[in-house]
Amino acid sequence: MIRINHLTKSFKKFRALDDINLQLERGQTISLLGPNGSGKTTLIKSILGLVIPEKGSIHINGQEIRSHWSYRSKIGYMPQIGRYPENMTIRQVLAMLREVRRDCKQYDEELIHQFDLPSFDHKLMRNLSGGTRQKVSACLAFLFSPDILILDEPTAGLDPVASEILKDKIARERANGKLVLITSHVLSDLDEITSHVVYLQEGKLICFKTVEELKESTGQHQLNKVIAAMMQTHLHENNY
Amino acid sequence: MKYAWILSWLLLAAWSTQAATLVVKPGPDALRKAISSARPGDTLLVQPGFYREHSIQVDRRLIITGTGMPVIDAEYKHPGFLITADSVIMQGLQIQHTGRSSISDIAGIRVSNASHVTLRNNKILDCTYGIYLQNAQHCLLEGNTVHSGIKNEINGGNGIHAWKCDALQINSNSISGHRDGIYFEFVTNSGIEGNLSANNQRYGLHFMFSHHDTYMKNIFRENGAGVAVMYTREVTMTDNTFIQNWGDASYGLLLKEITDSHITHNRFIKNTIGIHMEGTTRVSVQRNLFQDNGWAIRVMASSSGSQFTGNNFIGNSFDVATNGTLMLNEFHRNYWDKYDGYDLNRDQVGDVPHYPVSVYAVISEKIPSAMILYRSFLTSIMEQVEKVMPSIIPDQLKDDQPLMKKLEL
Amino acid sequence: MKTIIKYVLIDLLKNRTILIYTLVLAVLTISVTGMSDNMSKGMLSLLNITLLFVPIISILFSTIYFFNSAEFTELLLAQPIRRKSMLLASYTGISTALGLAYLAGVGVTVCVLYNSLAAIALVISGVLLTLIFSALALLIFVVFKDKTRGIGAAIITALFFTLLFDGLLLAFIYSFSDYPIDQPLLAFISLNPVDLARILVLLQLDAAVMMGYSGALFKKFMGSAMGTIYTTACMLCWMIIPLILAVRIFRKKDI
Repeated sequence: MIRINHLTKSFKKFRALDDINLQLERGQTISLLGPNGSGKTTLIKSILGLVIPEKGSIHINGQEIRSHWSYRSKIGYMPQIGRYPENMTIRQVLAMLREVRRDCKQYDEELIHQFDLPSFDHKLMRNLSGGTRQKVSACLAFLFSPDILILDEPTAGLDPVASEILKDKIARERANGKLVLITSHVLSDLDEITSHVVYLQEGKLICFKTVEELKESTGQHQLNKVIAAMMQTHLHENNY
Repeated sequence: MKYAWILSWLLLAAWSTQAATLVVKPGPDALRKAISSARPGDTLLVQPGFYREHSIQVDRRLIITGTGMPVIDAEYKHPGFLITADSVIMQGLQIQHTGRSSISDIAGIRVSNASHVTLRNNKILDCTYGIYLQNAQHCLLEGNTVHSGIKNEINGGNGIHAWKCDALQINSNSISGHRDGIYFEFVTNSGIEGNLSANNQRYGLHFMFSHHDTYMKNIFRENGAGVAVMYTREVTMTDNTFIQNWGDASYGLLLKEITDSHITHNRFIKNTIGIHMEGTTRVSVQRNLFQDNGWAIRVMASSSGSQFTGNNFIGNSFDVATNGTLMLNEFHRNYWDKYDGYDLNRDQVGDVPHYPVSVYAVISEKIPSAMILYRSFLTSIMEQVEKVMPSIIPDQLKDDQPLMKKLEL
Repeated sequence: MKTIIKYVLIDLLKNRTILIYTLVLAVLTISVTGMSDNMSKGMLSLLNITLLFVPIISILFSTIYFFNSAEFTELLLAQPIRRKSMLLASYTGISTALGLAYLAGVGVTVCVLYNSLAAIALVISGVLLTLIFSALALLIFVVFKDKTRGIGAAIITALFFTLLFDGLLLAFIYSFSDYPIDQPLLAFISLNPVDLARILVLLQLDAAVMMGYSGALFKKFMGSAMGTIYTTACMLCWMIIPLILAVRIFRKKDI
């Protein structure tokens, strides 16, 4: 579904992505992991066309994304920090996105109802808490029933209830055969829903494996321990 | 036999009445023949129609009256009328299309060495000179329309041109499209009243060496260079309007070498320069309105002894400009809209003097290019600085008693 | 594109800064026009207000707004939208809001009260300045990644055009006053939108003085409709060129 070939990107001298090759398919839930500055956000933004690659290519459904923009109708994106025009209400933000996405006829409003947005959607964005804004972001990502979901730190700032609702939603969408790409720092959060792990460090792809493979190779059962183990081995390697 | 008797009786009747009335109808040389057959004091009644005649000399005392505006056409070749007799009255004629020449001044109506001539309600169209008076005295020009549509300043002539005349009265004429609207040279003791001089290529009014003349209630509008008066003493200008004389060398009123004169109760509106004074002596400028001019008054340092009293200065870009630091003219009790002083004792006179020359007027006088920055924020700062620390403005040039309120004029 | 313009406007018309800006302009206009009974004095004060406030407020407000909505812009760009449409739409939205604020604050009062060519010229130049300085803000937004630097650049740009440029020009005029500098002066003036706006109004307000100006080239320039056409055209360029540059840079920009 998403094919990334030799993707490289530098910001001045800093190499954010270094020759990344990935093949992501339908029905996978991929956790994109790595320390700060490892290139996770750059990778996501490259897929979204927000960052323009220096070398390499990205294909979505067999179509190269460079110089096209219509492919983005297949992607739902939830940014890390949701900031919205201050003087718009939640209702207006939703209406605006609906108008922008006139191409979409089929709305997925499940999350909107689960988060109970209609009961306070007259509020101005500037009066909302960070968590509520995250809820709005999440709703927007799922609203147009996209085939691919890209969620940047989705659970950060969400209260536990909302976090559970979102995870359930992700699991359901995965079962529907969608591709979900998640970055997160809170490793335990991703435990139950992840099928694959992509681990980046200093712009390099360290590993791309299923959770089972990882568990087997490291002998750990909990994902955060798996990762910790992996980081350690990697650091170890680096030291020599 | 019977007929002969009647004819002789008629002739006798004609001879016996002091003034006969002759009717003139269009025909070859009709006017010329009528004039030569008329006797002094006769009236010629010119019937409507088209008279292709020119160089018509009126050499005897006649009253020539047009009915229904008969047209006398000089076919762009010749002059129109030449009046050489005293007390001729000409009225209600349309004289058009004189020739043009660079050697002689061809005119629609020329009055030469005559007095007490009256020209009334005539139309003089597209003539090189409209009405040309030379050596004429006590003449009255009233209600004539003098217009030329030919644009040529070099070969063009003046609307009303007077040379070496005395005691003329020029009232309620309308002059447009000529080189100068009204031109006087050596014309004395005359009155010019209620005329409209507009859209002339050079000056609306232009006079030189014409002493003791009075100009009242005239309107000078949109003339190429406004009004210019030079080398004259004892001029009185009252109630005139100088409006929209715009252009690079255009003045509402240009005064050059004018002495002992009065400029009272005139209106100077939207002229490039309201009054420009050069080498004037003892001119009193009182109770005038200067509004929306580029420069209201420009006084060259060669002028002295003038008094500016009780004038209104409203909405001019610059109120006063001068080229030197010396100022021998006085400003008193004028209203300046740019005055921002105060009046603590409420006597309607400002407590601090007003300096009507702005910094930028001085700068742009020296360096015209600096005008491009006029009214920028930077120049506003300069004006403020100058107010606190005067250094550029000539300090004698001030109004010690600026009025707080506009004068009712 | 229309959608985005619409919602940017919905957001901005409720914006406190815009409302205060409108109010301040309106209060200034009413006090200035009410205090002086003669038109040209009022017009002069309004011209100064316009030349000083409009550029600074427009560029600062727009820059801050663009940077503040960077995240939302990112979200919108993740939708199937062209970058160019997105950028031009938010520019249109913000310049319309600021332009409306100017029209409401200054334009209405002036046009009703004075109703002259000079008043119309003032309003047009105020609106053009708004469009130009929000276009410059857009350019600053796409060039700088960092908000603080962007705001710094906006302040410097505004100060440069409102004050510094004229100072340099005056120094130039003084030092070369013996030479024929009319032509270079005209060229220099075209490099500053604030000066262009000022001249646009001056051509109407002080036509008499401008026409009495002694330079041959200026006479031709100031005395005819050419002057007005030229200044307006230059101002439109000042709006269009930054926009084109901004779109070009934005096309390649990593967000």
